[in-house]
Amino acid sequence: MQQQEFKLFEERIIHSVSQVVHDVKVQLETKFRDIWVQGEISNFVTPASGHQYFTLKDKKAQMRAVCFRSHNRLLKFHPENGMDVIARGSVSVYPPRGEFQLVVEALEPVGAGALQLAFEQLKTRLDAEGLFDQKRKKKLPLLPSKIGVVTSPSGAAIQDILRVLWRRNDRLNILIFPARVQGTGASAEIIQGIEHLNKRADVDTIILARGGGSLEDLWAFNDEGLARAIFGSTIPVISAVGHEIDFTIADFVADLRAATPSAAAEIVSGAREELVKELNSLDQRSAQAIRLCLKDRRERLRTLAASRAFVDAESRLRFYLQRLDELQSRLTRTLPSMFRTNRQNLSQQEQLLKRQVEFYLQTKRHAITTGSAQLRAYSPLSVLERGYAIVTDDDQKIIRDPNQVKEGDRMNIRVERGPFRAQKI
Amino acid sequence: MEYKDFENAFARLEGIVGKLEKGELALEEALKLFEEGVKISQFCNTKLDEAERKVEILLKNKEGHLTEESFHPEGDG
Repeated sequence: MQQQEFKLFEERIIHSVSQVVHDVKVQLETKFRDIWVQGEISNFVTPASGHQYFTLKDKKAQMRAVCFRSHNRLLKFHPENGMDVIARGSVSVYPPRGEFQLVVEALEPVGAGALQLAFEQLKTRLDAEGLFDQKRKKKLPLLPSKIGVVTSPSGAAIQDILRVLWRRNDRLNILIFPARVQGTGASAEIIQGIEHLNKRADVDTIILARGGGSLEDLWAFNDEGLARAIFGSTIPVISAVGHEIDFTIADFVADLRAATPSAAAEIVSGAREELVKELNSLDQRSAQAIRLCLKDRRERLRTLAASRAFVDAESRLRFYLQRLDELQSRLTRTLPSMFRTNRQNLSQQEQLLKRQVEFYLQTKRHAITTGSAQLRAYSPLSVLERGYAIVTDDDQKIIRDPNQVKEGDRMNIRVERGPFRAQKI
Repeated sequence: MEYKDFENAFARLEGIVGKLEKGELALEEALKLFEEGVKISQFCNTKLDEAERKVEILLKNKEGHLTEESFHPEGDG
């Protein structure tokens, strides 16, 4: 025992921690290179660096794992706690902590396919962000003037669309933006198409079209970037991808989902037909409304005309009108005779007046003649003519009494041909 | 009167018909609206008739610019 211990002591080789960890690192990293590990994800964290750290565990053990940003960007889905996954990667030892971890290069879910899971996850995330919000959906123009179709020019989708338009004999302008609709880079081309059509002034509706296919075939339409391009489009977008049962992320973000490309064509071409009908109906309604309006006024007028007040007023009015009529006719009947009578009257009056004036004038003339003779008879001059004289004193008083004058008084004597002075003796 | 586009004109026409159908307008106004309605309807009908059918495709020319060319489907999908 002692010896053994001693021997051990004698033979012991002392390693540094670094040495051991390094040896372990080399061993492990050589042995566990590019392996597949199945386990459940827990303690999942993504720091600002963008790397993903998590624990892979099963019922009896657990191990640390990391998926660096350069790799996790390629993952089709987003790892979550509780998710059962198969990880492909290599074991790596982190010397500062003496821990080993699995450096994951690829991850896929167990059970549902990775694509399906990725789809569900993206859908949940974009939905939470509000990209599918019904309130954000743009209305299609009533009458599309030009429709931009982003699709493969050699695909079935464009043919289906054109066939429907031909059949419906619709006059729609179509502008095709050629884009691959499957495979690497397809999403980017579809995004380009949406962006280009948005810069044009003539396109007012966009259709993203692709014929049916597997989930993988339709994968380009489950791209997050495409979802955001559709959401950001100012022109309404119709998604027409695959068959009726196929749903893509584009379908959820689009302003309208058409079950198939043909259905999309039906939708846009139906608009005109519908509008012609609606316009006719509006015309009819408007004509009917104005007819009713006029009819209504006419009826109201009739009711009003029949109302008591109006009838009373009217009968009164009618009375006056009749009276007026009567007066008028009487007037017209009387007027001419009245006119005649007056004229006769007038000339008679004239005659009368003339005679009266003449008589008056005559009388006056006569009066004047006799008046002047009388006047002449009363004039003192005519007395003097007959040889009389008038004697007045110096005060011009007529002397009628000899006692009025004394001896020696002077007097004025007026005879026919003139006056002279005299003296009483 | 001038209408910006089909959409506006159509909306105006709907509004006019709605107002007329309410029947609360003065006769003179109703007649005026009716007249406008007839004009808008003519405008809309013209718009509905004037579209043509053209199918074009955007193709990159030598300079890398996109140009519109007439499209004749030939692929078999």
